[in-house]
Amino acid sequence: MKLLLDSTRCQGYGLCQEPAPDLVELDEWGYARLITLVVPPGAEDEARACAESCPNSALRLEG
Amino acid sequence: MTTTTVRLPPAQPPGTVLGTAPAIAESADAYRASGGYGATTGPGELLAHLAASGLRGRGGAGFPAAVKLRSVRDRGGHPVVVANGEEGEPGSAKDRWLLRARPHLVLDGLARAAAVTGAARGFVYLSDPAAGESVRRALAEHPPPLPVEVVETDHTYVAGEETSVVRRIDGGPALPTAKPPRPFEQGVGGAPTLVSNVETLARIALTAARPDLRDTIARSTLVTLSGGPVSPLLTEVPYGIPLRALADRYGNPGAAGALMGGLFGGLVDADALDLPLEPDALIAAGTALGCGAIHFLAPGRCPVTTAADAAAHLAAESARQCGVCVSGTAAVGKALYGLAAGTAGPDTADSLDRWARGLRGRGACGLLDAAAGIAGSLLRSFPHLVRSHLAAPCPVCAGAAPADGRHRLTVAVPVVAGAPVPARPPRPAPSPTPFPLPALKGTP
Ligand code: SF4
Ligand code: SF4
Repeated sequence: MKLLLDSTRCQGYGLCQEPAPDLVELDEWGYARLITLVVPPGAEDEARACAESCPNSALRLEG
Repeated sequence: MTTTTVRLPPAQPPGTVLGTAPAIAESADAYRASGGYGATTGPGELLAHLAASGLRGRGGAGFPAAVKLRSVRDRGGHPVVVANGEEGEPGSAKDRWLLRARPHLVLDGLARAAAVTGAARGFVYLSDPAAGESVRRALAEHPPPLPVEVVETDHTYVAGEETSVVRRIDGGPALPTAKPPRPFEQGVGGAPTLVSNVETLARIALTAARPDLRDTIARSTLVTLSGGPVSPLLTEVPYGIPLRALADRYGNPGAAGALMGGLFGGLVDADALDLPLEPDALIAAGTALGCGAIHFLAPGRCPVTTAADAAAHLAAESARQCGVCVSGTAAVGKALYGLAAGTAGPDTADSLDRWARGLRGRGACGLLDAAAGIAGSLLRSFPHLVRSHLAAPCPVCAGAAPADGRHRLTVAVPVVAGAPVPARPPRPAPSPTPFPLPALKGTP
């Protein structure tokens, strides 16, 4: 499973980080940065919660 | 603004993109006389030659042309081919020169790429009005074997990015989209699309005309050289030539380094000028050939000024789609401006280092990567200058007026005289027929 971030949609709301602190960190301006592209085994639920948390649909799952 | 001078090589080797008369727009007859539009090399054979020669794309990324052609062909359906002549790098003039001077070479390459991929529809994408006029004249003079449309765009840094190209041809703004999908998967009208730089297409056409010279054709490149003290130069050189020899040939011996690959390769110091102009060697050294634009740092100029100019250009050209790019390019631009202007705070080097490492790969296109690369390469190549600029204002930078910097990196396109236009009835306008279109008849 892969977590993909569309930078053109990320508005820096920062809501994605809380449900998935192992997958996403926020930079100094509040924009999301993926810590890992490939979701590690066992973190699938975290990844799903992360993708769903973004009010601007900037995050999506693949595979 | 300085004018780019095109130097004509003394002897005219066959198989060059510059050709025999770089300052004159080539007619269809002249192109045919040089072996162009010939039917001796079929699409399958051509693809094999391109795979064997290892020809790489000349838009910047340097991806192998044969691999790209094959991936579009293998998607099936009704592929689309696009000649991309929109060069956004301010220090590059070769693509616009090529469309102005040798439109038939590019259109021949486009038709051959269509034959290889099975495309039934082609586009020439550009922003330069003189290039557009030249291509339209060429299309009327020698109608291609498939419908080819000219699509114009505004000249911006990101308009030539392959997803911008697709979006613009589909009627949208010339702005990058998030990847995947890439155009070869889903491009113009959803079809698998080959977006190919015009110099790449020119080299494909040359390979078809002179397969015996395929290796020379694949291992030569157009370069736009600038930076002073002499006016910029567009020329063609073989891979492997040391950067220092290129600086000498251009007229900037004793260059203090270079800004490489347009803005993408970042800054290199004087020692790095021993590197050969060769894509892999440059990548291995942490820089890049990119589109072949090299801005040699003239002795007496400060590399920090050049870094600030480059960052200012990128910040101004951010397409402002990605929040991180707007904030990131502005931050890098402001910090480098401060360094040049003598107003940078003590944490500037740390911030630049953080952005150099943290901004790469974060935007939807490569512009933000270029900004990160400028910051990182200045720290890597000229750490002593970063330190000295933090300690005291730099008189050289002050003399260069850091505020109006971005235009110092811009070169002008060489002027090309019009060719005599033979009297022929204009062909009917290519109809934007929806898919599917009749199969290709092959290159006449
Ligand atoms: S929640 Fe969405 S918009 Fe906000 S930082 Fe995360 S990805 Fe970006
Ligand atoms: S990275 Fe910058 S230039 Fe590229 S699409 Fe995003 S905002 Fe535009």
